[in-house]
Amino acid sequence: MELVAIFISAILINNFVLHYFLGICPFLGVSKKIDSALSMGLAVTFVMTITAVVSWVINHWILMPHGLDYLQIVSFILVIASLVQLVEMFIRKISPPLYQALGIYLPLITTNCAIFFLALMAALRNYGFVQSVIFGFGSGLGFTLAIILMAGIREQLEMADVPEPFKGAAITLIVAGIMALAFFGFSGMIK
Amino acid sequence: MPTRSVGQEFVKGLWDENPIFRQLLGLCPTLAVTNAVINGFAMGMATSFVLIFSSLVVSSIKKLIPSQVRIASYIVIIATFVTIVDRIMAAFFPPISKSLGPYVPLIVVNCIILGRQEAFSSKNTVGRSLIDALGMSSGFIIALLILSSIREILGAGTFLGYQVMGAWFKPWIIMLLPPGAFITLGILLAIALQIERKTKSRA
Repeated sequence: MELVAIFISAILINNFVLHYFLGICPFLGVSKKIDSALSMGLAVTFVMTITAVVSWVINHWILMPHGLDYLQIVSFILVIASLVQLVEMFIRKISPPLYQALGIYLPLITTNCAIFFLALMAALRNYGFVQSVIFGFGSGLGFTLAIILMAGIREQLEMADVPEPFKGAAITLIVAGIMALAFFGFSGMIK
Repeated sequence: MPTRSVGQEFVKGLWDENPIFRQLLGLCPTLAVTNAVINGFAMGMATSFVLIFSSLVVSSIKKLIPSQVRIASYIVIIATFVTIVDRIMAAFFPPISKSLGPYVPLIVVNCIILGRQEAFSSKNTVGRSLIDALGMSSGFIIALLILSSIREILGAGTFLGYQVMGAWFKPWIIMLLPPGAFITLGILLAIALQIERKTKSRA
C-alpha cells in the first residue's frame, strides 16, 4: 500500500514539473510537438529509473558506511553524467531507431535538474531499494504526463490569437500555472 | 567577439543578457524558492557565490583543461563550491537552509553557471570573467527579488516578514503556491519582452 502511495503521489500530487518546478528547461523547450514530448518523457523516465537504482547502491553501499554523506552532491552528479553517457551508448548499440528518435534529448538529460533532485530526495527521505525504484519510475511518468499534456495544449495554441509579447515562453508558463492549479485537484487523494 | 568595456561587461548581465528574463536560464530555482523575499535573496546569494568562484577557477585554469572533458571538469568544480555553500548555510543559517531544502544542492545543475563557464570563462581572462560573473549574479538576484517581492506581497501581505498591506487586504494564497509562481513569471516575461520591443522600435 505504501508503495502505491509513493507511486501515485510521484505522478499526480507531487508532480516533479508542476509541484517541484523541476525540468522546466525541457518542459518549455521540447513541448512544441506531442511526438518529441513523448520521446523526451520516455528518455527521462528511463534514466530516472536507472538513476534511482545506481544512486541508491552508491549511497547505501559506499557513502553511508564510510560516513561520506557530504560527498553526495559531487558523486550523484558524476554518476548521472556517466550514466547518461552509458545509456546513450547502450541504446545506440541495441536499438538504432530508438536512438534516432531520442536524438539530442538524451545528452540533454544530464543537465535536467529533475534527475539530480530524484537522487537527492530518495537519499533524504531514506527510501529503501524498492521504494527508490518506484519513486524514480513514478516521477518519470509524472514528468512524461506533464510534458505530453503541455505539448497537446501548445499544438492547439498555435491556432490561437495570443498577444504578441506573450508568445513563446510567457504563455507556456501561464498555461503551466493553470495546469498546476488543475493538479491541485489530486492533492486529497492520499493522506 | 566585439570588445566591450569593463562597465559594459557588467551591465549586460542586468538587462541585455539577464539570465532569467532574456536567456530563460535557471528557471527551476527561480520558480521554486521565490515564495518569500528572504528565500529568494538567500538563493540569489548562494548561486552568486558559486558562479563567481567557479568563474574564477575555470578562467584561471582554462589552459589546463582538455576540451574533451571540459564539461565534466566544470561540473566537478561547480559541485565543489556548491558543497561548500551547502555546508556553510547549514552551519550558520539553519532556518534558511531548511526552507530552501534540496534546492541548494540543485545549484549544481543550474544552467546559468555551467552556461557562463562554457560561453565566457573558458575563453576570457580572469578579470573579465569575474566582472561577467558579478554582472550575471546581480541580474539573477534582481530577477529573484522582483519575483519574490510580488509573490510575498500579494500572497501574504508582507515584505521580508513585515506587514505592508492594510487589514482590508485578503492574501492571495495562490501566489505562494506553485501556480502563482508560473503565472507571475509568465506575466513578467511578457512585460520584459514588451519593454524590449518598445526600445528596439525606438532605436
